[in-house]
Amino acid sequence: MQRYILSSKNKITSISGVLIAVGFISKWTMGSMDVFVWSLIIASILGAAPIAIQAYQALKVKVVSIDVLVTIAVGGAFLIQNYEEAAIVTFLFLFGAFLEQRTLNKTRSAIKELTEMAPESALKLMDDGEFVEVEVDEVDVGDVLLVKTGAKVPVDGTVLTGEGSVNEASITGESIPVKKEKGSNVFAGTILDNGTIQIIADRVGEDTTFGKIIELVEEAQDSKSEAERFIDRFAKYYTPAVLVIAFIVWILSRDIELAITILVLGCPGALVIGVPVSNVAGIGNGARNGILLKGSEVISDFSRLDTIVFDKTGTLTVGKPSVAEKEYYGDNIDEALGYLASVERESDHPLAKAVLEEIGETTFSTVENTEVVKGGGIVASVNGHKIAVGNAALMERENVKLDEKARADIARFEKAGNSLVLAAVDGELKVLMGVRDRIRPGVKEDLLRLKKLGVKNLIMLSGDNQGTVDVVSRELGLTEAHGNMLPEDKSAYIKKLIEEKGQIVAFVGDGVNDSPSIALANIGIAMGGGTDVAIETSDVVLMNSDFSRLPHALGLTKATARNMKQNIFIALGVVLVLLAGLLFSEWVNMSIGMLVHEASILVVILNGMRLLRYKLR
Amino acid sequence: MKSATIQLETLACPSCMLKIEGALKSLDGVDKDTVKISFNSSKVKLDFDEDKVSIDEIESSINKLGYDVIKSKVK
Repeated sequence: MQRYILSSKNKITSISGVLIAVGFISKWTMGSMDVFVWSLIIASILGAAPIAIQAYQALKVKVVSIDVLVTIAVGGAFLIQNYEEAAIVTFLFLFGAFLEQRTLNKTRSAIKELTEMAPESALKLMDDGEFVEVEVDEVDVGDVLLVKTGAKVPVDGTVLTGEGSVNEASITGESIPVKKEKGSNVFAGTILDNGTIQIIADRVGEDTTFGKIIELVEEAQDSKSEAERFIDRFAKYYTPAVLVIAFIVWILSRDIELAITILVLGCPGALVIGVPVSNVAGIGNGARNGILLKGSEVISDFSRLDTIVFDKTGTLTVGKPSVAEKEYYGDNIDEALGYLASVERESDHPLAKAVLEEIGETTFSTVENTEVVKGGGIVASVNGHKIAVGNAALMERENVKLDEKARADIARFEKAGNSLVLAAVDGELKVLMGVRDRIRPGVKEDLLRLKKLGVKNLIMLSGDNQGTVDVVSRELGLTEAHGNMLPEDKSAYIKKLIEEKGQIVAFVGDGVNDSPSIALANIGIAMGGGTDVAIETSDVVLMNSDFSRLPHALGLTKATARNMKQNIFIALGVVLVLLAGLLFSEWVNMSIGMLVHEASILVVILNGMRLLRYKLR
Repeated sequence: MKSATIQLETLACPSCMLKIEGALKSLDGVDKDTVKISFNSSKVKLDFDEDKVSIDEIESSINKLGYDVIKSKVK
């Protein structure tokens, strides 16, 4: 019976709404007081039933919920035969709850989209050698699974046979097809765009990267900040207190009407729901944009940020040396590039790799008489030509003449922080390349955005030499930059900022060798392509190592923190206005109180929903 | 000891959580310290002793409060 009433709450709400309408219409058109009174009595009894059941269940587990306040108030209204108030209050309360549920679902929609990407079934290899479709929960580590074109990869695994390209948007946020072949790792929740692969399951269910992301986001939404815990504690004593106050008022004034009005006015609705709603919508927006925010404490700290400390390599820069600038001298450059590539192909020096990548397709020739000059480079003969590849000192040793333009180019390249690769053919300089770890495209603009959002200090810490660090720092316009720092120096530096200068500090790193700094900073931000370490140790994860999400993340947390404050303000403001109205004027009664309350709850939910559409301007 | 993850219909009020939490903690065989209800994802996680209480009993205690169980997973 209880269950039946609760499950037909929506039906009850509409019936009692109709009854109230019928009552009022008959009163106004036919002046029939009998129909009016009876329809309102039925409406209030119907409406009060589910509320009373909920109140009873709450009291059973020692919770004085809003339902308890409303049930007593309606009961009181019945006693003084004010059926009009009883009916309207129950209807508004139920209808409000219905609207809240609908709108709350909207605020949670972003997360729902994420969880709906979870795979549900898998084609599993059975003992008889056939693939059979099973639920994803039935897949164990070590099972062999078949993934067909268009299907979701059900677990984290390794490709056994076949090849294809996979869209990893659900893990990285980037929908570029990634090629997979024997031995490649594939991730649950990604989609096989073409091809057919067989995989062996390495991790299943909640242990997969995707499972962890979902769990993290779900936990983040329910994690509570200090302020929220305070509100919870407050609400716990607040409702019983309202009950006691109403009782005292009744004893003193003998005015039931006044006492039950206080009960309704005291409902803490908007206050309890306001902050979580902002939180959920903010985290949902982040998840949609490749930013994982771990809870509301993180949001509150992040929004008050003073200083961001960056790791250099792999964070502000690409993390891989590449040819940034080049100059060619004289004729037959294609031939010279071919010789250069042939020599560099035999070296495993990082600079050689960058040079080879830059040259790309070319004709390779046999390299003979290779001589490695320590601290200089390589001298060898190719196709009967003498080739020298290395730095300026090697050129000097090989008596390669450097004209004025070449000298100027060298000076310019060096000043820009390049390591130099020169190549001479038969004693004549042909190629000059400047190799460096380039700054990620767009980082400069992103840093500017961060400054505009109110970050005071942008600091770079790096293991590189101070010269290279200074060049990058100048180019990016950083506040400070320190080189020659070991991981423990970095974390000590961050500790100093937090403890001695009292700043709120975020550290942005790649999440692998920076974990001490990430853990120590007020907000640890990992630029992780969905790696486990990054997800676990940090407070914020930027998916797919996308630096450009950082300004959005900061803007979003600021908007979310603001939104929470607005909601608290609205909630408290409404209670104060209603109480003042009750004490100093005549316009406040039970129905109006309930109407205003329900309206304020909807207002805070709608206000929270704005965050779902937040975009950094 | 087994651990269960129970997906509920969407929870709308924070006090629903308290009710469900109270009801589950009062069941014999449910490890009180592990009961965790997340409001926004509407999920319940708990450990229980399958000799003392079954997953069906746990589900029906939630049902009795008026909340539907959509899916439950026991490991």
